[in-house]
Amino acid sequence: MVHDPKELKVILATDCGSTTTKAILIEKKGEEYRQTYRGEAPTTVEAPFEDVTRGVLNAFTELEELSGRKILEGERILTPAQDNTGVDIYVSTSSAGGGLQMMVAGAVKTMSAESAQRAALGAGAIVTSIIASNDQRLPHERIELIRQNRPDMILLSGGTDGGTVTHVVELAEYIAAANPKARLGTTFKLPVVYAGNRNAREKIHQTLEDRTVLHITDNIRPTLETENLLPARQKIQELFLEHVMAHAPGYKKLMTWTSTPIMPTPAAVGAIVEDAAKRHNINIIGVDIGGATTDVFSVFDGNFTRTVSANLGLSYSVSNVLAEAGVENIMRWIPFDIAEADLRNRIKNKMIRPTTIPQLLEELKIEQAIAREALRLAFEQHKSLAVGLKGVQKVRDISELFLVREEETLVNMLTLDLLIGSGGVLSHAPRRSQAMMMLIDAFQPKGLTRIAVDSIFMMPHLGVLSSVHPEAAQEVFEKDCLVPLGPCISVVNEGRPGEACLEVKITRPGGKEIKDSIPFGELWLYPLSTQEEADIEVSPTRQFDLGKGKGESIKKKVQGGVVGLVIDSRGRPLRLPGDRAKRMELLMRWARALDAYPR
Amino acid sequence: MAHAYTPGLRVAEKVKIQKSRVLPLPGEILVKRGDKVKAETVVAKTELPGKVFPVNVAGRLSIPPGDVPKYMLKKEGNAVEKDEIIAESKSFLAWLRASCFSPIKGTIESISTVTGQVLLREPPQPLEVKAYIDGEVVEVMEGEGVVVETVVTFIQGIFGIGGETVGPLEVAVDSPDAVLTPERIKGAHKGKVLVGGSLVRKEALDKAIKMGVKGIVVGGIFDEDLKELLGYDLGVAITGSENIGLTLVVTEGFSQISMVKRTFELLQGHAGMKASINGATQIRAGVLRPEVIISLPGGAPPGAEEVPVEGGMEVGDMVRIIREPHFGRIGRVKGLPVKPQTIETETSVRVVEVKFTDDSSVIIPRANVELIKL
Repeated sequence: MVHDPKELKVILATDCGSTTTKAILIEKKGEEYRQTYRGEAPTTVEAPFEDVTRGVLNAFTELEELSGRKILEGERILTPAQDNTGVDIYVSTSSAGGGLQMMVAGAVKTMSAESAQRAALGAGAIVTSIIASNDQRLPHERIELIRQNRPDMILLSGGTDGGTVTHVVELAEYIAAANPKARLGTTFKLPVVYAGNRNAREKIHQTLEDRTVLHITDNIRPTLETENLLPARQKIQELFLEHVMAHAPGYKKLMTWTSTPIMPTPAAVGAIVEDAAKRHNINIIGVDIGGATTDVFSVFDGNFTRTVSANLGLSYSVSNVLAEAGVENIMRWIPFDIAEADLRNRIKNKMIRPTTIPQLLEELKIEQAIAREALRLAFEQHKSLAVGLKGVQKVRDISELFLVREEETLVNMLTLDLLIGSGGVLSHAPRRSQAMMMLIDAFQPKGLTRIAVDSIFMMPHLGVLSSVHPEAAQEVFEKDCLVPLGPCISVVNEGRPGEACLEVKITRPGGKEIKDSIPFGELWLYPLSTQEEADIEVSPTRQFDLGKGKGESIKKKVQGGVVGLVIDSRGRPLRLPGDRAKRMELLMRWARALDAYPR
Repeated sequence: MAHAYTPGLRVAEKVKIQKSRVLPLPGEILVKRGDKVKAETVVAKTELPGKVFPVNVAGRLSIPPGDVPKYMLKKEGNAVEKDEIIAESKSFLAWLRASCFSPIKGTIESISTVTGQVLLREPPQPLEVKAYIDGEVVEVMEGEGVVVETVVTFIQGIFGIGGETVGPLEVAVDSPDAVLTPERIKGAHKGKVLVGGSLVRKEALDKAIKMGVKGIVVGGIFDEDLKELLGYDLGVAITGSENIGLTLVVTEGFSQISMVKRTFELLQGHAGMKASINGATQIRAGVLRPEVIISLPGGAPPGAEEVPVEGGMEVGDMVRIIREPHFGRIGRVKGLPVKPQTIETETSVRVVEVKFTDDSSVIIPRANVELIKL
């Protein structure tokens, strides 16, 4: 493989998702790097292959067919690139391997145990059980629970630094007594991350060192009023790679093919999002909705937060979206009649055959309804976890602990500049306006927000490429990856449908003016292409607010996108009518306004 | 011709398989290489550590945790009987003495001077691993388990619940599209593995459990019934540890879907024979699908080797459509156009042309078919 970045002419990159393996070719054309071809194949962790590299080879084969470039000689990647043969470098990300199942333990249920839960969730885990000294269980029941649970990892916390050691050591004694086994493999000792009272470390070490693989990090609750989740999150994610991803079938072989270490998909996407926010000095939310997980990334005032909702996705975890959101919340987004039993069966069929795609328009609408709920739940989880400076030390009033209000999170929708959607359901939505609607409905941006999607879901590839060749990654990110859908201007308070709400004046290139009065409860679309800029003046009536105060206008020059300029006068929070017929009529009207589906 | 990878469920009339029978903890192997075993034969055993019960000695005796060892009448490793005194405070006056009794029969596991707790452990519980299938032991992993090999009829399901069970196979319906109704389940089905057709509903499952049926193999199930059966909405497809009273193997999916004729005929042809079934399903990493294994008598005939699985789907292959429209229908691959085609959703995807037995054919995204390997 070629290692000098300057010498790189042809770059091959894959992302092995839990459902699909996506391969792209990036080629140097003249002086610029451009993404040229893309191939994909189902990820092959399933029988009969049970080897992730089969899916990678299949994706390469498709890439070869489409590009005409010979990449493989048998199962060997040809290097370096010469004419129409071979590549200079191969990089990959992976999220195959499924979720991370964790048990958390803390001295006090509503304090350290809840902080531990936040740390574990933030690191991407499914929290299977929470144990606390005051959880009403009898001691032997706790021990039995730890033994039965078979998690991938345990996070143990408890006690403030310098405080009492008794409770947390007691929990450690229970863990040692249970002698828990790891979910994967009988020969491994279970990793335990200790993030509790600093003064108890020695006792914890003595208690757990023989029976577990103990890792010690900073206390997640060093004082009652402070929470420091980042070190524990980082340690969990590190161990996740070592203990869970490495068990994905074929993963070890894949590692020998790549020129750089395989990066976890969320880490790669996070790297590109953070880089973009820094370069342009803006606030960004990025979301990547996959088959098993949904990752949300935010950068507000330079603070980067990443959360991984390990149980919200559209294939392996699709049934969990149903379980968490409830069937009513999914059905509220479906613009036609469907029996609950039928919807349930369809969702379960997707769960058991995760690589299928919607062929009928009706099926597409159902999938997009589920996506809205998965995105909404993932974002809620993100907001509750995105607290404090880079996840470190958020001072809270003791009386308000854990009542995470929106103003307490780092996520401030009024200051959000750019919302980026990624993942199959968004990047591959047949019409870009569908992706825009899903993002607006799920994230409910406030005021003026630019919305974009990852064109063909290549943020992971570019994230890992940035570790080798940041300039090439940036160039492709801006030229080929981000597809601006357009700006969205949203009313931030509530009103009555049909009430006079907004006066809109748009001055298009060439001076042509458009004036409209938009009532409350509508979605309006104005054509404005990616290359066009327009001067807009949106004035709310005196009881409505666009984020600058009631009756205050937004006056700005905005750039268009492939969908156009969207005015959302539906208010926040977005409320859908309880009446089924009225709701369906509204959903269809909004979809028509954005020309989201074929008529 | 482009190859398309499409995962498929295996339905094999005669195939040699190997099953690893591994202990959860190191233990003793009871068979040796070359031994012929029955499904019910115990091949390995171990002892699971007993349950642990903590006793707060410091609290009960009102003493500092650091003093607990001084008041203990038993040391770490000592055996204790239920209600035996394990620690006692010291006083010249007997009525002023406080005592700690053992809540269980077992041993003293540990005495903590930090928390003042004494952990007691019950005697170990024996655990046995059975062969699960009739066959021959071909490998012994000392202390860990064995590998049993045999020639079987092997049918992979798509989803299941409940763990391993063994019983004689009985077909309870007349055709692969029939519904396994409660009326079809009789007292005589106790201890058997029942084969249904296209669907089993909650009422029939309840009756089967009541009658002592060991397992059900059926084409389809409704999710609302599954939710009721489990008592919760199954979020992620990781199953096998449910304890609902029987093992369920679904061969086609959620809804009423006729069992593939070939699968049904295979099961029908083996009625009365011993079937080993397992509902364990895990669709994420470490993929696991439920299975029905029917050990064939007479050992391994020549030629019954594991057929290597080919990577591609090719013209003439038999496929099943696994999503709407035409969900559940079986056909043969008529064409595999290289160029992507636009489908109703306006998505451009690679497709496969599938021809049905009535000579009609449809275009389906390649992702929505699965190979049926026979």
